[in-house]
Amino acid sequence: MFFLSVSVVRDAARIYRGSIAVLAVSLAGGLFAGSVLGVDSMADAFTEYPGLLLLLPAFLATRGNVYGALGARISTGLHQGLIKPRLERDSRLINAVVASFINGISVSVFIGFMSWGILSVLGRESAALWELVGVTLVAGLLTSVVMIIGLLLIVFGGYRRGIDPDNLVGPIVTTLGDMFGVVFLYIGVIVVEVML
Amino acid sequence: MGNSGDAVGGSVGSWSVRAIVGTMIPVLAVLSVLEMGSGFVLHELEQTFLGRPTLLVLVPVMIAMGGNLGSILSARLSTRLHLGTLSFSPRDPVIMTNVVAVLALAATVFTALGFFAYGLTLVPVVGVGGGMTLRETVLVSVVSGMALAVVAVVLSISATYASYRLGLDPDDTTIPVVTNLCDILGVVILAVVSLLVL
Repeated sequence: MFFLSVSVVRDAARIYRGSIAVLAVSLAGGLFAGSVLGVDSMADAFTEYPGLLLLLPAFLATRGNVYGALGARISTGLHQGLIKPRLERDSRLINAVVASFINGISVSVFIGFMSWGILSVLGRESAALWELVGVTLVAGLLTSVVMIIGLLLIVFGGYRRGIDPDNLVGPIVTTLGDMFGVVFLYIGVIVVEVML
Repeated sequence: MGNSGDAVGGSVGSWSVRAIVGTMIPVLAVLSVLEMGSGFVLHELEQTFLGRPTLLVLVPVMIAMGGNLGSILSARLSTRLHLGTLSFSPRDPVIMTNVVAVLALAATVFTALGFFAYGLTLVPVVGVGGGMTLRETVLVSVVSGMALAVVAVVLSISATYASYRLGLDPDDTTIPVVTNLCDILGVVILAVVSLLVL
């Protein structure tokens, strides 16, 4: 590494300082989500409902994709002056929110269905289709509501205080998505158990 | 992640529910099929993970952090590319600087993750994690985290280079591709490292 010059180290230190805070927040959110996953009763749920562990990464990652796209759209709309940083009956804002709600719910149901399908095709033990889809539907509904409200409040609030929403959306979405994603997945399991 | 597939224009047309759902659903469907790949790895190693719940504590951070590191790097490289101050050589000071920063960030975050994840197992009453020593937890976290950081670096640079050669805007291509691939590979790397180390 003989080309590690003084200026490289100095500039790298500047990038490090600029990013470490956001990563620390993301780490805290991820540790919260991880401790929900690592709780005894959640580990039991993974054993009790084969397919739940299979759908976990897809469920968590799609939160980022659906609400990251909503955040990017709102952020671009704000920059272009197409939408105002207020919770109001604006047709563009309503369309964007409704579309992300439809996207979030459809993908959640699709993931539950796919998890059951993969295990069934491979002839492995799987929880019932309605159990897996029930869990992802309940979890998908609850995450959508919380993510949409949280995203709008933070992006609008930040924008009014002069913070570029482009710098807020990514970390908010991954952190909130992971935290609420696992909590609501767990609530989904409880709802399905109660209905049994 | 993020702005995949939304060609946001000024017209109300591109803000219609039908347009947004129509462009996003195929992308989301493909991505969730790919994500099932890392889910399948988790499912196959169910005994390893459920026998050592501390590994489950590491999973969300491994999923999120690869994407975070990849997006920090690709966002910076893509801005440099737009400004025309990037050359694709391993000795390019911009690339070196960013790579050094990302590796240092990864070393900090994944060392902290190891200690915190183990610390959580010591909390009484709630019963989080377990089945691993402090040494094992930090070792698995740091080895898989650094492997993931190297993968994120290689993917970010290759994807930025590919979008430059193909004349695509890296903001619309590189960042979503890199973050999603890193999401998928994070769990796979964690699983492989756990099998090797434990």
